[in-house]
Amino acid sequence: MNIGTRKILDRSFTAVGIGSIIVMALALMVVVVPIVSNGIGAVFFTGTVEHRKMLRNEFQRGDTQHLASEVASSERYRARVYEILGTFEKELEGMEPALKRQYTSKYAQTRTAIQALLGPLPGDTTPMLTRFKYGQTRWEKAEEKLHDLLYESKWDNSNSEIMGKEYFVSRSNAFKGTSLAPLFPYMKSNIEKMLLPEFTVYWGFITDSSVDSHFFGGIWPEIQGTFFLAMGAMLFAFPLGVIAAVYFTEYARPGFLNSMLRSANSTLAGVPSIVFGMFGLAFFINTLKVSESKSVLAGSLTLAIMILPTIIRAAEEAILAVPKTYREASLSLGSTKWNTIATVILPAALPGILTGGVISLGRAAGETAPIIFTAAVSVGSAIGLADVFSSPTPALSWNIYNLASEHEAAAQLRHVQYGMVFALVTIVLLLNLSAIVLRARISKKMKG
Amino acid sequence: MITSESFTEKKATRDIYLPPERKTVDGGGESHVVAKDFSIYYGEFEAVKKVSADILSRYVTAIIGPSGCGKSTFLRAINRMNDLIPSCRTSGSLLFDGEDVYGKYTDEVLLRKKVGMVFQKPNPFPKSIFDNIAYGPRLHGMSDKKKLMEIVERSLKKAAIWDEVCDRLDKNALGLSGGQQQRLCVARTLAVEPEVLLLDEPTSALDPKATAKIEDLIQELRGSYTIMIVTHNMQQASRVSDSTMFFYEGVLVEHAATAQLFTNPKDPMTEDYITGRFS
Ligand SMILES: Nc1ncnc2c1ncn2[C@@H]1O[C@H](COP(=O)(O)OP(=O)(O)OP(=O)(O)O)[C@@H](O)[C@H]1O
Ligand SMILES: [Mg+2]
Repeated sequence: MNIGTRKILDRSFTAVGIGSIIVMALALMVVVVPIVSNGIGAVFFTGTVEHRKMLRNEFQRGDTQHLASEVASSERYRARVYEILGTFEKELEGMEPALKRQYTSKYAQTRTAIQALLGPLPGDTTPMLTRFKYGQTRWEKAEEKLHDLLYESKWDNSNSEIMGKEYFVSRSNAFKGTSLAPLFPYMKSNIEKMLLPEFTVYWGFITDSSVDSHFFGGIWPEIQGTFFLAMGAMLFAFPLGVIAAVYFTEYARPGFLNSMLRSANSTLAGVPSIVFGMFGLAFFINTLKVSESKSVLAGSLTLAIMILPTIIRAAEEAILAVPKTYREASLSLGSTKWNTIATVILPAALPGILTGGVISLGRAAGETAPIIFTAAVSVGSAIGLADVFSSPTPALSWNIYNLASEHEAAAQLRHVQYGMVFALVTIVLLLNLSAIVLRARISKKMKG
Repeated sequence: MITSESFTEKKATRDIYLPPERKTVDGGGESHVVAKDFSIYYGEFEAVKKVSADILSRYVTAIIGPSGCGKSTFLRAINRMNDLIPSCRTSGSLLFDGEDVYGKYTDEVLLRKKVGMVFQKPNPFPKSIFDNIAYGPRLHGMSDKKKLMEIVERSLKKAAIWDEVCDRLDKNALGLSGGQQQRLCVARTLAVEPEVLLLDEPTSALDPKATAKIEDLIQELRGSYTIMIVTHNMQQASRVSDSTMFFYEGVLVEHAATAQLFTNPKDPMTEDYITGRFS
């Protein structure tokens, strides 16, 4: 091959390499940017007076006096709304039946839209669910709800060939000539004064426990649950995995049984996690009865079984990578095999073993399927350390899924979902980062 | 120890090995390691063939021979480092202090404590210099800090490396130069206070200056330790050793006092090898 071709080849390989890195970086951006921006939105956002009321009532947080004056000023503007509603309700009573029927349902829709914005109206019975006790707590949601109030959404199905098209009809037109008509322009121009939006930093999103199934955030039980589950899994899997790896590399005699065990281990590493979930339910809960039903213990054990093969493999590789000369040196000084493993081989293999461990820890924290049947519940309060043997727990991975697909108000809670995703990604990234740092420090210490 | 009926035989062979000027050395000169029809196999391959030899205590024995002739294999058999190779097995007898090295009840860990080894490539642990030297003594139950420090200092001094490392004992041993690492390994072996020192080409990776230091060290240890040294360097063998063994294709061709082997070899093959006429 002549120099020209060689150079061209070199260059094109470089270009392909750089290209693939750029593609990877872009893909990462597409995933990470929305997670970060929306996730941050769960903590930093423009909150309304309803948010502050909620904090006061549910968590006894905030300045009571300031809140009282805020509520008073907001009520001054809301009073006019109540007044219009009252007047119209009287007008409705006096209408002739046909007209009354026509307006009643429309009025009910309008009233519901106002409740969504401002919370319960005077004369309403106190709602059972906390989510209905307050109006919109986030300003951007309030703007959406205002739109819902001002315009009725309708669907144009005239053309059956294509899907129906949404279009909006102004509600104020529908009430033209009635005493309700002034409500709409009034709401539009005074909504800020009624809700008092201001920039809010809500750390409680992370540290609070959940109120009314995550309606207002509060993901601490999930974070704690994830921590317990992952740590529990490590507690079982790490020592066991390292011991197994030592056995495979140092003690096992080559032979049929040994190669069977090894290939079983490799196969286990590739088994889908849902299978581990079913196994955990069948084995740990139904057969061994480690707990009555779902519990952190059962979940941890299941996760431990899932990550065990990875830990074993990582540890095996790390042990095999220890130079043979260390072993020779130690043995030649009159060390026993066990002592050599404990004082020379394992310390030298430690960076690799730890890396495998932390990667597995990240995986245990992130997996959903293994804990569905063994440990996770969608709603619950943070559990204490003493409860891990008997209580199930909410956990980030499961609750992200639950909130995004099974929660009855999934569409309204996007910010909470993103907040949870962001928290989980941050936890896993921090774990990996700590693995890198730890590894670097230990290797540096060993290289002198 | 050595049984009495073989003693006269021993005395006769011993005279062959002794260099004239050392016949009067105090102590030593006893049979320390004795091989009899000793063979070593890697699987089917016989790497060392029916070797019979008598290695005397507190003398320096050099092992020379072309590459692949089984020098390392023989040396590693003495402290059973070959146990690490699954396919390796032995036949015949090898005695250390009159006891069968490959006996059923031999404690190889205890054996290795008495028969120390320095490898061809320096192999310090990835630990501090202090911990490297203290590794052996700690292993054998020494935990007193002050005593450990004494041992470390004494061993490093014996290995002629104390001056170079005394101010950085807590630094990682892998930061030392190759020659320093090799002397560190010698010191590490000495710290265990073995009776026999096996050196497998200890200077092959070293520059002349470091080589000279190791050779000086051997001279110094001579008379207190039984030393066996594998080397490809004829001058080195003649400088440091009392007796020399010449291996060829697994066979011990000749074993004689060093001065005699290099000036007046009995076997023509030995002569060819030491004069470099070997092909
Ligand atoms: N682990 C092993 N498995 C199989 N054969 C081996 C092994 N180690 C060494 N041998 C073979 O045994 C023979 C002797 O090897 P040995 O290492 O003892 O030679 P040597 O004399 O030390 O050579 P050198 O001077 O190159 O170090 C060689 O033919 C070698 O190929
Ligand atoms: Mg060799």
